Amino acid sequence: MTRNNQTSQSSYLHMDMLRFTTAGSVDDGKSTLIGRLLYDSKSIFEDQMEAIEKTSLNGGEAEVNLALLTDGLKAEREQKITIDVAYRYFATPKRKFIIADTPGHIQYTSNMVTGASTAELAVILVDAQKGLLTQSKRHAYISSLLQIPNLVVAINKMDLVDYDQAVYQNIVEAFQDFSRELDVKSITYIPISALKGDNVVETGDNTPWYDGPTLLHHLETVKVENALNKVDFRLPVQYVIRPHQNFRGFAGRIASGRIRPGDKVMALPSRITSKIKEIVTNDGNLTEAGPGDSVAITLDDEIDVSRGDMLVHADNIPTIQSKFEAFLCWMNAEPLEVSKPYLLMHTTRVTQVFIDEVTYSLDVDTLEKKSSSNLKHNEIGKVKITTSQPLYFDPYKTNQKTGSFIIIDPATNVTVGGGMIQSVDANDKSIVENHFRQASPNTTWEPWNIARARREELNGHKAVVLWFTGISGAGKTTIAKALETKLFKIGRQTMLLDGDQVRHGLCGDLGFSPGERTENIRRVGEVARLFFEQGNIVLCTFVSPYRKDRETVKNLFPTGRFIEIQVDCDLETARQRDPKGLYAKAENGEIKDLTGFNMEHEVSENPDLNFNTGEMDVDTIVEDIYRYLEKLS
Amino acid sequence: MAENNTHLKELEDEAIFIMREVAAQFERPVLLFSGGKDSICMAHLAKKAFYPAKIPFPFMHIDTGHNFDETITFRDDLIKKMGAKLIVGSVQDSIDSGKVKEETGPDASRNALQTVTLLDTLKKYQADAALGGGRRDEEKARAKERFFSHRDIFGQWNPKQQRPELWNLFNGRKNQGESFRVFPLSNWTEMNVWQYIAQENIEIPEIYFAHDREVFQRRGVWLANTDFVDIQPDEKLLNKTVRFRTIGDATCTGAVLSTASSLEDIIQEVASARQTERGNRHDDKRSETAMEDRKRQGYF
Ligand SMILES: Nc1nc2c(ncn2[C@@H]2O[C@H](COP(=O)(O)OP(=O)(O)O)[C@@H](O)[C@H]2O)c(=O)[nH]1
Repeated sequence: MTRNNQTSQSSYLHMDMLRFTTAGSVDDGKSTLIGRLLYDSKSIFEDQMEAIEKTSLNGGEAEVNLALLTDGLKAEREQKITIDVAYRYFATPKRKFIIADTPGHIQYTSNMVTGASTAELAVILVDAQKGLLTQSKRHAYISSLLQIPNLVVAINKMDLVDYDQAVYQNIVEAFQDFSRELDVKSITYIPISALKGDNVVETGDNTPWYDGPTLLHHLETVKVENALNKVDFRLPVQYVIRPHQNFRGFAGRIASGRIRPGDKVMALPSRITSKIKEIVTNDGNLTEAGPGDSVAITLDDEIDVSRGDMLVHADNIPTIQSKFEAFLCWMNAEPLEVSKPYLLMHTTRVTQVFIDEVTYSLDVDTLEKKSSSNLKHNEIGKVKITTSQPLYFDPYKTNQKTGSFIIIDPATNVTVGGGMIQSVDANDKSIVENHFRQASPNTTWEPWNIARARREELNGHKAVVLWFTGISGAGKTTIAKALETKLFKIGRQTMLLDGDQVRHGLCGDLGFSPGERTENIRRVGEVARLFFEQGNIVLCTFVSPYRKDRETVKNLFPTGRFIEIQVDCDLETARQRDPKGLYAKAENGEIKDLTGFNMEHEVSENPDLNFNTGEMDVDTIVEDIYRYLEKLS
Repeated sequence: MAENNTHLKELEDEAIFIMREVAAQFERPVLLFSGGKDSICMAHLAKKAFYPAKIPFPFMHIDTGHNFDETITFRDDLIKKMGAKLIVGSVQDSIDSGKVKEETGPDASRNALQTVTLLDTLKKYQADAALGGGRRDEEKARAKERFFSHRDIFGQWNPKQQRPELWNLFNGRKNQGESFRVFPLSNWTEMNVWQYIAQENIEIPEIYFAHDREVFQRRGVWLANTDFVDIQPDEKLLNKTVRFRTIGDATCTGAVLSTASSLEDIIQEVASARQTERGNRHDDKRSETAMEDRKRQGYF
């Protein structure tokens, strides 16, 4: 029978869910923190409490040891039972939380990768007494590699440093410094005492200088759905539902993007297109479905689609390739063997695979790249992969669901590695057909006659784009010219594209409205790309005030080949320099929209390089960039 | 991760995904069905996963023979409504064939015997995957259990053979004779199950709601007076308003004193039991519900 008298108490009908992972080294207080969250959110039963009180008192401890709540793992570790991740649950009236708790011992890297793979947020614990250690950097790095959009740096044991703001501030600054190298959308710093409870659930009186949220408040309110890819529709087909001849439902969980009935879709690998007829569920057909929804789709036409195929928007298709580069975390005691046949599981497909080459293995503590011929347990490295069937993928960075895979050893059937696709193997095909770009009607993308890789071989160096952005007078052109001269002298093939030049020809028809500025940068990007494909080191000096425009250009190039260089100086210095007399004109009111003066320059969130010409001289900057380039090749 | 979705929607999407993976990756999966609320949720989810087709695998019930009157009727009705196939493995048969020995004494239960019947029935049917309603919040040891839990040819769980599970990629590959237990409700809590039953208006057996029943107390647990129990001289039969939180072997499934007669009442009861547990430890009003909960979860 059903007895439903839903009242206003049914607030759980509006709760959402957050999956997070906790990272910390042994003794940083991770168990205590989790115990504290469970305890203070009232997710603990009386008898559990009594038992740990007893244990704590027997052990002579003054306070109840909350860490014992999650201590099951420690015992198991001693029994040598493999524990990678333990999942814990608690809820507040606003949210349900799933904690992926990874024990902080030696097998940490692969465990953390496992825990992080499903997390929308990572809490990184730092022991206030110890300061920022290598381990915390490792945790942050893995979080950024796994593209967890939100980091919380919980600076713990504040009670042991007398809640000293300076200690907190030092750690925050050190972390900020280090995190510039990382790719994380947001970082929140919270001073806490897991033991005493400060700023975990309640604020407490001990940190009057801290006016940010408590950890729980942050966990309850942080927005996570922003990280979803709502654009690129991808439905890996899991299962075909066929109750009778006249119904074929392609069932699966939408990896990304949104769809409505009537949308034009393409089936991969057949590339046959059709339209979505219905989005079928047991609760009635839907008018729209989005990321994460488990649906069954019917199409207008009868086309052959089976498990492992993918439905995508007809005008926005993923990369279809059997060669690509990826970051791989090795999770098995038997090291990776290059050229041994493995199986690769990607979305709902399984295919044979060779790992052709380990480009380098990464020291996750120092972020140094070491040349290596294989990967051992818990090592992460960059690898080149060839699959026997092409995959339909997006780079992990833009789509975690279609950019991730696992490696299975066919001899044991065990999962031995987890990987994130970076880009298409540059030697195989210059740049992938980029579906975001507009194409003239009735044209198809034609690969370059001579691959860039061949040109690079001939030139003896890699092609790269150096994009200098910053306000007029900041020194972009000066630096670029000096650098180009230096590179030219040692035989590098270079090209410099400058704002004023292109404004005289290529973009002579454009003014300075936001739309025209965008178009200007788009054209320059395309030109840079042609020079790039010719194997050049392309130096581009453009004010390029809009972050989005620079982002668009960046997407034209393979990962790591577009170097964004932010050139700053304070406005006063720029005004004094005023190489083109623009500031003078702006002051007279002749120019209404001079970037930096009466219009904002959107500073990059994480440029690859960042210089202030008020503080550093040109030679030093040139030298810095030069060394950066050397490191690249 | 789903967009603008409630936690129940996301848990449902995940469970449906897992069920479809099982249907796709295995040749002869079964859905373990005990007749309890978790199984009923599983059946409901399976129906949704394959709609408008029928559920592409049979249900398997391991019958202890010690059932509350209502459960078998409920089971048969549900199976009929879903158009599913039912396989029954009977503990009585295992006893009759001498495979297991019936426990004796007043505390005799068939809980432990079930495992043998289960493994035998799975083998007989050549099941290569068994979907179960187990949740990670049930007990500490389950916190690290996988969605896809590998079993060797003896049906045994080997902690060293468990595979890491990353993203939503579930590796169900195995050798001949090996099998998997799969737990689509891994990320659910008991509370979520009740919430989902309420949200979806899922029918559950009457005995989950408060009703008057003849019960007696044995070691602090209220047991129902059924044909399968021997009342000891010092045990007194009383009429109480009770409900059950789980439905299993009638000889050892405890009832809780409760007046919760609707799903909202039950949800409130489960929620407040957890709260008062901690705050009012010696409160006389301390809910019996939580005690049964703890026992079931096997915490200490
Ligand atoms: N004073 C103080 N001690 C703490 C705090 N958090 C954890 N500890 C102690 O640090 C030790 C290690 O904590 P535990 O939670 O087991 O660390 P884990 O290894 O990261 O799980 C224990 O003795 C805790 O009581 C804190 O905020 N303040």
